[in-house]
Amino acid sequence: MSKDLTIRDLHISVQGKPIIKGLNLSVQQGEIHALMGPNGSGKSTLAKGLMGHPLYEVDSGEVIFDGIDVLELEPNERAKLGLFLAFQYPTAIPGVSLANFLRLAVSAVRGKGANGSEKDGLIPMREFRRELREKMQQLGVDDSFARRYLNDGFSGGEMKRAEILQLAMLEPKIAILDETDSGLDIDAVRIVGESISQLIGPDLGVLIITHYPRLLDYIRPQFVHILLDGRVVESGGWELTQVLEAEGYDPIREKHGIAE
Amino acid sequence: MANSEKNAMEELGISKEYQYGFHDDIEPTFKSRKGLDEEVINQMCDIKGEPDWMRQYRLEAYKIFKQKPMTKWGGDLSQLDFDDIYYYVKASDRSERSWDDVPDDIKKTFDRLGIPEAERKFLAGVGAQYDSEVVYHNIVEELDKIGVVFLDTDTAVKEYPDLVKKYFGTIIPSADNQFAALNSAVWSGGSFVYVPPGVKVEYPLQAYFRINSENMGQFERTLIIADEGSQVHYVEGCTAPTFSSESLHSAVVEIVCMKGSRVRYTTIQNWANNVYNLVTKRAFAYEDAQMEWVDGNLGSKLTMKYPSVYMMEPGARGDILSIAFASKGQHQDAGAKVYHCAPHTTSQITSKSISKDGGRSSYRGWVDVAKGAKGCKSHVVCDALILDKDSRSDTYPVIEIGENDTNIEHEARVSKIGEEQLFYLMSRGLSEEEASTMIVNGFIEPLVKELPMEYAVEMNRLIQLQMEGSVG
Ligand SMILES: Nc1ncnc2c1ncn2[C@@H]1O[C@H](COP(=O)(O)OP(=O)(O)OP(=O)(O)O)[C@@H](O)[C@H]1O
Ligand SMILES: [Mg+2]
Repeated sequence: MSKDLTIRDLHISVQGKPIIKGLNLSVQQGEIHALMGPNGSGKSTLAKGLMGHPLYEVDSGEVIFDGIDVLELEPNERAKLGLFLAFQYPTAIPGVSLANFLRLAVSAVRGKGANGSEKDGLIPMREFRRELREKMQQLGVDDSFARRYLNDGFSGGEMKRAEILQLAMLEPKIAILDETDSGLDIDAVRIVGESISQLIGPDLGVLIITHYPRLLDYIRPQFVHILLDGRVVESGGWELTQVLEAEGYDPIREKHGIAE
Repeated sequence: MANSEKNAMEELGISKEYQYGFHDDIEPTFKSRKGLDEEVINQMCDIKGEPDWMRQYRLEAYKIFKQKPMTKWGGDLSQLDFDDIYYYVKASDRSERSWDDVPDDIKKTFDRLGIPEAERKFLAGVGAQYDSEVVYHNIVEELDKIGVVFLDTDTAVKEYPDLVKKYFGTIIPSADNQFAALNSAVWSGGSFVYVPPGVKVEYPLQAYFRINSENMGQFERTLIIADEGSQVHYVEGCTAPTFSSESLHSAVVEIVCMKGSRVRYTTIQNWANNVYNLVTKRAFAYEDAQMEWVDGNLGSKLTMKYPSVYMMEPGARGDILSIAFASKGQHQDAGAKVYHCAPHTTSQITSKSISKDGGRSSYRGWVDVAKGAKGCKSHVVCDALILDKDSRSDTYPVIEIGENDTNIEHEARVSKIGEEQLFYLMSRGLSEEEASTMIVNGFIEPLVKELPMEYAVEMNRLIQLQMEGSVG
């Protein structure tokens, strides 16, 4: 049965300042949602709050995934449940190779003892390497990438590809992609877009945060939401992106009486 | 580890699979009474059967030691009681301790590091000696063919008196400091290495395999002479906690790097946390010679250790890479010293420290450029990582420049484990502990990748244990 992530009347503040103010949204496995909104409207705040960042305080509301109260859980427990966040600004971890990190992460998320894991709880090296190489090829990244230190000195495009590589390896049930297209050149948007669309299927629900419809050409969302003043003010289908593209956010602001 | 190094080691049968075993031989036992005076030193010389020149050397050093005031800088030495120490204990006496006396946390650590039974007992100073004799024998035979000498220093005094006499105490004279004087008076054990001109030793020489009755000595004395154009890598210590009932360990390491030679000296020390570890390490590097210290300090109550390189002639180079991990009740006062005594000499100091659970680490560094030593370059990088608010890190850099035409850079950074880094890793499924361990391992990676492979693996596991708070 497909599982869903349901957000009800969520309020999140950062350093005492309310940013998300009563947000409702529901994403089911197999569905693709796009979330659009002007700079500073709180998209990343929502994403990090959903993943459990300690700085982003949930004041009230509910986040339920598969019947489980997500807000009670540590970020790693949320990851094990099947939530994933591709960061807008991934953090560098110097000295830790992408491969070493991913082996630990994949082992943690798939659970100890899962599919022939070794006694230290890690998935067997050989199997891991094969899987990693395969997924790196699909993403068009060089083999040497795996030996580089995680996000350390990565170009903007490399960081975003590394995020998608992690998405592919961790096989979450719901993935939030926070501006995975920003900073990418035209070819890279296509590669990343195509790789994401390959991952899409009945087991993956996606919430794509983006400013540009270009990425959405590769990953057609069934649902489009507009975030303004900490709430989802409009939801619709593909046509909403066309309206935005043509008219910008002002008519929507006016309609909902929201000052810029 | 370079492949050639690895192959050479395998040829010598140095692998994890060699046979473990025990010696049952009952050795004559001796333990001097507590405290130090001329009588104790004379007794020690008699038992060792040492030549008169070494006896005189010791007695002279003892006089100097007595005159030296207590060291006031560095860490807190006020609890150190020189009268409450056994200065000479033959190893067979140490085996009186039984396995039951070894603290549980140390046994648990051995377990978790996966150290074989026989090796554990040896490391804990318990029972019969760990038999690496076969391996050592193979090594010595191979080394003999290329003229390399690798002995314990006591034996070297007897077998190579001229060579020892020529260099012993010339790099670190007895009068250098209080603990060098003490070591010169009561030293036992340590390694003596001589590498003839042009000879490159392909695999690391490990103190670990050099068996002798005083292997785990408190006052080790090591002397390495790399003749012109030679190359050698020496490795001492081990990552397993070294259990000891003795509270003072004070070693002296002297290294001579002759023209065009290259020496690397790697140390990993993880003393039990009752130990004062006060070590003097120094190398002289002559024309175009290169000296590298790789120094890792975990454990102990107080470590004071500043490996140094004196660049005596043009083209010499000194590299010092040090790492310190200070946990609860520990003070790691570590660092490096470089002396540019000749023009066109180069040095690089990289220091990394981690403080946790109220531990304190200090970097103490000295960069000296002599007048007229033109065109010298020195680069110092100190990185400190503090894991919680109870812990502490300080830097005490001194730079003395007697020459304008030099290029000295000093960078120091203190960081905390970032919330963003933790969140990023945790959002991928890692627990907070796994995440911070990973960040710390990443932090020390520049050092770990310089270690021989088996040490690197153990080092990472050890950091993991330290992070779990289950060690020391
Ligand atoms: N860590 C933080 N510290 C202080 N303020 C923050 C922090 N994170 C977010 N904010 C504030 O919260 C508001 C929303 O920021 P957020 O990053 O969620 O916007 P966004 O919709 O993702 O914008 P963009 O489209 O530019 O990525 C902004 O005013 C921002 O300054
Ligand atoms: Mg954002």
